Amino acid sequence: MSTSTTAPVFDEPALVARAKAGDMSAFSDLVQHYDRRIFRMAKQITQNDDDAEDVLQESFLKAYTHLDDFQGNSKFYTWLVRIAVNEALMKLRKRRSDRTVPLDEPIDTGEDEMVREIAVWDENPEETYSREELAQILDQAIQSLKPAYRTVFILRDIEELSIEETAEALSLSISAVKSRLLRARLQLREKLTRQFKRQGDDAFAYL
Amino acid sequence: MLTCKQFLQELTDFLDDTLDPKLRAELQKHVSECPNCWVVCDTTEKTLKVFKGMEPQPVPSHIQAKLMEALEKKKKSKGIATQTDI
Repeated sequence: MSTSTTAPVFDEPALVARAKAGDMSAFSDLVQHYDRRIFRMAKQITQNDDDAEDVLQESFLKAYTHLDDFQGNSKFYTWLVRIAVNEALMKLRKRRSDRTVPLDEPIDTGEDEMVREIAVWDENPEETYSREELAQILDQAIQSLKPAYRTVFILRDIEELSIEETAEALSLSISAVKSRLLRARLQLREKLTRQFKRQGDDAFAYL
Repeated sequence: MLTCKQFLQELTDFLDDTLDPKLRAELQKHVSECPNCWVVCDTTEKTLKVFKGMEPQPVPSHIQAKLMEALEKKKKSKGIATQTDI
C-alpha cells in the first residue's frame, strides 16, 4: 500500500514555471489536466471531429512554442482557451467561407422570438435521462445556435470565463458579449424547455 | 414598475449577479410578482446549471498519443533551433 492515497494537488503556476524551464513532464501534466476541456470546446465550436482533433493538437503545440510569451497576467487556462478558440474559429471560417454566414453577422434582435415556451420543468433532467442521453440533448441544443451566439455561450457558460475574458478572447465589446449571451441563454432555455417541461403543464393555462 | 421586456433584457446580469443593488431589487420584485418571468428566470438558471454540470469526455487515447508525439517532436526541434541559433 502506498503511504499516500490522496491525489496530487494540481498547482498550475508551479507547473507552468517548471514547463517554462524546460520540464516536459510538467507540460504533459498541464496537457492532461486540460485536454478534455479544450477538445470539447473545439468540437462544440467546429462541430467536426477531425477539425477538433487538429485544434487540440495545434493549440497545445502553439502554447508549448509560445510558453515564454505567457506572462502570467491571466490564468494559464484562460490563455490556453484564447489560443484554442482562435484555432477553432479559423477552422470554422475556412469551412464556412464559401457558404453560410460570417461570424460577425448582425445579431438578430427579433424580440418576439425570445420567449415562447413558458413551462416549468420536471424536477431533475439529470435523473430522468442517462448521462449519454442528456449529453446528446445538450449537444444538439448547442449545435442549433448560430456560431456568433454559440461561441460566446461556450466560453462564458461552459468554460466559465468571465464576461471580460470572453470579450477579450473573441475581440468583442463587453456589451456585444452580453447581448449575445442573453440570446444564447434564452434560445437554449427555449429548446431545453421543449424537452424538459413537465408534461400536461403547458404554459400557465390555469392563470 | 419594470416591464417583462425590461426584465428579460437584464436577465443575464441578474443571473450573473453583477447588477447594482437598486436595479437588482427592482428585478427581484418583478420576478416575485410575475409568474411568467419567474418561470423564464428559473428555467434559464436550470439551463445554465445543466450545462455546467456536464463533465467533458476523456480525449480518445489515440488522439492523446498523437498529441504527445507531436509535442515530443516539437521539443526536439525547439532544442535544435536553440543550439543552431547560438
